[in-house]
Amino acid sequence: MRDLWRRGLSYAVMIFCGAAVVLALIPLALILFYVVSQGITALNLDFFRHMPTPVGETGGGMANAIFGSLVVTGLGSLFAIPIGVLSGVYAAEYRGTRFASATRFAADTLNGVPSIVIGVFAYGVAVLPFKQFSALAGGLALGIMMIPLIMRTTEELLLLVPSTLREGALALGATRARAVFTVVLPAALPGIITGILLALSRIAGETAPLLFTSFNNRFWSTDVTQPIATLTVQVFTYAIAPYEDWHRQAWAGALVLVTIVLLCSLAARIATARMEKLQRGA
Amino acid sequence: MAAPRRTARFDEVFFRAGTGAFALLLIVIVAGIAFELGRQSSLSIQKFGWQFWQTDIWDPVAAQFGARPFIWGTLYSSFLALIISTPIALGIAIFTSELAPQWLRKPLVFLTELLAAIPSIVYGLWGIFVLVPLVRQFEVNTPEWLRSVPLFTGPPLGVGMLAAALILSIMVIPFTSSVAREVLKVVPQAQREAAYALGATRWEAIRMALFYARTGVIGAVMLGFGRALGETMAVTMVIGNNPQITTSLYAPQYTMAAVIANEFQEATDDIYLSALVEIGLVLFIMTLIINSLSRLLIWSMARPARPRVLRAAIGRAA
Repeated sequence: MRDLWRRGLSYAVMIFCGAAVVLALIPLALILFYVVSQGITALNLDFFRHMPTPVGETGGGMANAIFGSLVVTGLGSLFAIPIGVLSGVYAAEYRGTRFASATRFAADTLNGVPSIVIGVFAYGVAVLPFKQFSALAGGLALGIMMIPLIMRTTEELLLLVPSTLREGALALGATRARAVFTVVLPAALPGIITGILLALSRIAGETAPLLFTSFNNRFWSTDVTQPIATLTVQVFTYAIAPYEDWHRQAWAGALVLVTIVLLCSLAARIATARMEKLQRGA
Repeated sequence: MAAPRRTARFDEVFFRAGTGAFALLLIVIVAGIAFELGRQSSLSIQKFGWQFWQTDIWDPVAAQFGARPFIWGTLYSSFLALIISTPIALGIAIFTSELAPQWLRKPLVFLTELLAAIPSIVYGLWGIFVLVPLVRQFEVNTPEWLRSVPLFTGPPLGVGMLAAALILSIMVIPFTSSVAREVLKVVPQAQREAAYALGATRWEAIRMALFYARTGVIGAVMLGFGRALGETMAVTMVIGNNPQITTSLYAPQYTMAAVIANEFQEATDDIYLSALVEIGLVLFIMTLIINSLSRLLIWSMARPARPRVLRAAIGRAA
């Protein structure tokens, strides 16, 4: 009798675990379904080519916001890639030192800071002193979010590079810097690019840190010291507005966002799988 | 031979200092965030002191700033999300690491981790137009006898704590489950085999493994909690944005992150802005503590010799 109960319980838990997976995949399927089915109705060439129209006029697009998103993420990458890669090199090269641990701790901490708080920080250092919302401030906020990811992937991938490569370089009389920059780093390059892609996929959908840094702009702007529209902030503005047509545009924006994010993480995943295969082969 | 050796040493020092400067920058940024938040909120801290966190009236026009409802909203929504997401996330972790057939594991892991890749703003958009109407349906059709329970009182608006908690739990699941899976992997196979040898059922063996990995599992759950605390856009869009302290799931409430997102732009006078920054400072400290604790727990359990590359991607800030 007791045995039966134990066995029954075991089956019940196993069924629950399977059900949990299904339960988590339902919202995923629902979200993807709605984003695609609603987004596709408003998504056309105009969406990419045209500017937003005034309320009441149908049509129009998010050309300026798409461009703005590119500008802001571009600025963020310019800021984050050098810092992330070089601090990753340090953490990998001087692995055992206390300072390296401190850096690693700082990166993990930074990774856990809510994005809205990073927005407040960027506002304080890049908006308030100039009394001006700007694309630069938005780029700063996004860059700060990218740094820890790039740093940790760089560090991990440098450690994956076979030590024979480095030893070969050192044996030929190369200095440490030369060995790292001309042999080890290039060998890890595909992986580092993967890390950058992952960081991009993570920040491409960020809204909260942009609300009061890059702000929003109804017009086409190429000036990085001025406020600029971004896809995510535009989706937010349209989603909470009471206009039917804006809602359709918000869905279209969401579809573009999800596509970008998924492509980035898919590319990163493929690259990672390749790296792992190479690793096993080596 | 003396000359090249000197260049080599110079090279080494230069390399270490050069890359070290960038590493230092990382520490400077974290310290800078703490400093900047402290500096900007000093006005509010000096003026209101502890009163800020002990009063409930938030009326910027009358310069009254009581932040207790926001703390309540943040903690309550995150706690509810924790309750809903933990069993599901652990179920997923167990299924994908112990039960599922080998060929099914990778695709399932990929799909559940996809939940973490979807941007918060997209969750929010979906929340407004799909989840909230569903929740409203549910609330309108709540049987009368349930409505007197404090959890189910309040107007059936759709937007409110229930919608926020649901969306938060969906968003938190992939974080908790992926860390829990990593932790379960560390449990030695001998542990399970010993359990089976003693005649344990499948669940009893898994329970042993969960117990063995308990510190790490608690760490995984805390990590999810930390994510939920800082989550902004999706919550802002569905929680109803009404600062009040109530246990009602149907009532619209407000969170710390949401009030910053909504009101920061329009905070024109210094004290208003300072009060909002103070909320940000406390949010920063809260997530810092929770994340550090969870990291310690996870590390003490599973210090992987070579952390997975993709796991870094999963550890995204909300």
